[in-house]
Amino acid sequence: MSDITKQSLTKLVENIRNKKLSSTDVTKAFIDRSKKSENLNAYITNDFTSALDKAKKFDQKPNLDLKLPGIPIAVKDLFCTKDIKTTAGSKILNNFIPTYESTVTENIWNEGAILLGKLNCDEFAMGSSNETSFFGNVQNPIDRNLVPGGSSGGSASAVAGQLTPVTIGTDTGGSIRQPASFTGIVGLKPTYGSCSRYGIVAFASSLDQAGPMAQNVKDCALLHEVISSYDPKDSTSIDFKRNHYSKELTNNIKGKKIGIPKEYRVDGMPKEIEDLWQKGIQYIKDCGAETIDISLPNTSYALPTYYIVAPAEASSNLARYDGVKYGFRAKGENLIDMYEKTRSEGFGAEVQRRIMIGTYVLSSGYYDAYYLKAQKVRKLIKNDFDEAYKKVDAILTPSTPSSAFKIGEKTNDPVSMYLNDIFTVPANLAGLPGISIPAGHDSKGYPLGLQIIGKAFDEQNILNIAYAMEEKINFKNKITDWWIK
Amino acid sequence: MSIDLKTIKHISKLARISVDEKSAEKLAGDLNSIFDFIEKLNELKTDNVEPLTSIAETTLKLRSDEVKSKNIREQIIKNSPQDNEDYFVVPKVIE
Repeated sequence: MSDITKQSLTKLVENIRNKKLSSTDVTKAFIDRSKKSENLNAYITNDFTSALDKAKKFDQKPNLDLKLPGIPIAVKDLFCTKDIKTTAGSKILNNFIPTYESTVTENIWNEGAILLGKLNCDEFAMGSSNETSFFGNVQNPIDRNLVPGGSSGGSASAVAGQLTPVTIGTDTGGSIRQPASFTGIVGLKPTYGSCSRYGIVAFASSLDQAGPMAQNVKDCALLHEVISSYDPKDSTSIDFKRNHYSKELTNNIKGKKIGIPKEYRVDGMPKEIEDLWQKGIQYIKDCGAETIDISLPNTSYALPTYYIVAPAEASSNLARYDGVKYGFRAKGENLIDMYEKTRSEGFGAEVQRRIMIGTYVLSSGYYDAYYLKAQKVRKLIKNDFDEAYKKVDAILTPSTPSSAFKIGEKTNDPVSMYLNDIFTVPANLAGLPGISIPAGHDSKGYPLGLQIIGKAFDEQNILNIAYAMEEKINFKNKITDWWIK
Repeated sequence: MSIDLKTIKHISKLARISVDEKSAEKLAGDLNSIFDFIEKLNELKTDNVEPLTSIAETTLKLRSDEVKSKNIREQIIKNSPQDNEDYFVVPKVIE
């Protein structure tokens, strides 16, 4: 049984279609391993009993034409799932049971997949280490007491630890790509507007995107093909012609021009990251593509811009948690007192911090100096990419400025935690797709990722580049099962 | 730039988050270090730059004005901490 969980999504689909495996076999195997993996704390809520029922039902009348026939999948606990508790990693939603389904998860179930459970994440997706979750830290399968990254930390841990064949996360400033890099897996943040935001607990609405996380590029392409759809229920969903990303996947990237932005060579970046980047450049050349030095002059302003725009939107989005309509309510002497105590007791420290920043930058007298300024700089950052894409087809950078760090190492210094997202934030600000692929190990044996940023709606191209590079890199994740009981 | 305790109290009022003395001091420290970092934006001249307000460069699609979800009161109040079947219940606001 144990070898089932080692198989890629593509292989599992093939085995179910060829009747070598049943959905029940596969679902049982992932439930088994998930149960033995409690030490990772990857799940907030499991749905194992009904998953098994659904698998049995699928096997009685299997529809093998579906793209994810009877495949069990656990998802980040930021996606509303009908009748299944959805917490966003927060105490304030600890008892919230959605009466509707998010479009992205609906798309997955419509293609035959089965919900395994809801995965741990930073509270309201605000964090880079999964340490802000109300439901505790998540362990990185790579090593003991190592963060899996965040905010999709439970998702990354569950894929790397083989508790789910693939998963979906969300990425507002790097929340798919950074944890993918920290755990040695593949993670794609699609173009803004590619995946519907309907039914996803909102953090920063102009930046949030859902995306696939997988063990390899092909699985990632297949899942992306399923989740990306035009949705009238999301007013920023974009109606464009979507590719058959998995079918059209090719490792032929001959003649492609890949930009290498000099501004990503930041002060204090470890030599290991620089070496990895150089290796990546060599792999690109080995694939027959060309690399071109480019400049994205406003890169160093991306993170400060993000820390105005994202908290501003968050402070507005999270105003809905008032102890009246849903979620946790604290006792108060009057209505205002009830609001204030509910939000003070219901939100964790990082969420409160960001609401305070957001409230401040939007408050009277400060709006122009901060929020308007940030929107203008955001325009400059987008212009940088527009300029660069006149010369190149995609851009190659490291995914993160370091490998995974220890739990507790950065919790007392918010700015040093924020710096984790220095390479991932620009793509969110400009609405562009970005993919992180595992590309090597550091001296401690921890995985390191490379990021490919594409033009808007050009997911196929960055998937192809990632696919070609993956073959050359031939990365093997070092998973020892140290956490298994 | 320095955010003092008085400002923290003011923001917490606007944000409807009660903050005690101890956490106010911690928040002031954190916010000051974050704003020191954000101040970097002042290096840039942006007088003639149009602000980017939406990343999706499409106009909103029109749709017909139809009610799609009817009679969902039960669903809406299902998750409320306190209700009397038809309404949300909150602490008394009028004397």
